Amino acid sequence: MAGDTQQTGSEYIQHHLTNLTFGHTDHGWGFAHNAQEAAEMGFMAVNVDSLGWSIGLGLVFALLFRCAAKRATTGVPTGFQNFVEMMVEFVDGTVKDSFHGRNPWIAPMALTIFVWVFLMNLMDLIPVDVVPYLMSFAGVHFQKIVPSTDPNITLGMALGVFGMILYYSIKVKGIGGFVGELTLQPFAAKNPIIQAFFVPINLALELVGLLAKPFSLGLRLFGNMYAGEMIFILIAMMYGGGLILGAFGGVLQLGWAIFHILIITLQAFIFMVLTVVYLSMAHEDH
Amino acid sequence: MNINLTLIGQLISFLFFIWFCKKFVWTAIITAMEERQKKIADGLDAADRASRDLELAQEKALERLKEAKQEAAAMIEQANKRASQIVDEAKDLARAEGDRLVVAAQAEIEQEINRAKEELRSKVATLALAGAEKILQANIDDSVNRKLVDNLAAQL
Repeated sequence: MAGDTQQTGSEYIQHHLTNLTFGHTDHGWGFAHNAQEAAEMGFMAVNVDSLGWSIGLGLVFALLFRCAAKRATTGVPTGFQNFVEMMVEFVDGTVKDSFHGRNPWIAPMALTIFVWVFLMNLMDLIPVDVVPYLMSFAGVHFQKIVPSTDPNITLGMALGVFGMILYYSIKVKGIGGFVGELTLQPFAAKNPIIQAFFVPINLALELVGLLAKPFSLGLRLFGNMYAGEMIFILIAMMYGGGLILGAFGGVLQLGWAIFHILIITLQAFIFMVLTVVYLSMAHEDH
Repeated sequence: MNINLTLIGQLISFLFFIWFCKKFVWTAIITAMEERQKKIADGLDAADRASRDLELAQEKALERLKEAKQEAAAMIEQANKRASQIVDEAKDLARAEGDRLVVAAQAEIEQEINRAKEELRSKVATLALAGAEKILQANIDDSVNRKLVDNLAAQL
């Protein structure tokens, strides 16, 4: 179990759920030695593993697709080229279905989200102990290899989407239009005095709706992947429980992994579609 | 589970990858795909046109063939007509020639007969004279007798 000698079950789980955090401790800059220390670092710290794997997988996506884009010709596509074009066509079709405005950034953004989030989720299928065990030889104590089980990562992306929602809302409707959308509906009245009474109610409702978008977007992905990861960890604990329990755990892990293939694809797809839908709503002028 | 700078890091890398994807991936691939789509559509169009042309050409060829057949049939008919005409003409000519030959032959025969008659007449006159001379043994005026006998011979 992850290289350490004797652990209780909760320690094992705790260990797997702790990020490799770099920040300022009492002894100066360095990695946190336990979850407690990581929490005390506060905001000025970086989860090196999450961010590292995330950027690494982003680079994998960027380089692979760049490679395909370089070789893109009007001739007959083959092999990997075909796969990339299929993805592009799929994303393009999805975006065209739900986004009716004209914005050249939406489709590439959707492709980036879909492939990147899928790759991040895919790390979940690597058996939970493999990478942390290998890393422990290099003296790295904590390693969470699935970036999408870190709320920083999912909320970071959701924050980006939120920023784009605000940007395009204001760009398309103007500040007045956007504020009007927040304050003049769903309750509206012809009488200006009654309308003035409705404005704070509308604003409260609409603000909740607006803020719920990035939170639900980020937390949905995080929650699904975190729960999946947790089940993998629980199954992995069975390996320490003797031959029969270990064999049973193997079967469970296989079953859950196969089921998880569906979940990781679905979650990546949902993140992409919701982003496109939110941005489509931001583009619509009432 | 702590919210920290990772959030900002991820936000920045998110925006970077979107920019990268738009700039270096999406445009190139989608352009190539659209161009290919256009090329395929053009190809299909061309194939359609070609098959339509082929159909048209086949129709034309069939029509031409029919025309040629008709022409040939007309020519054969004409030739037959001409042949029978030639045969008829030849027959007519032959008949006319035959008739002419027959007429000429008849005329010649007539002439021959007349000449033979003349000759016979003169021979008979001479013979009659000679006979009469022999019979009479007399000195009869030859010229008077001859006239007599000639009249006789003319009445034959």
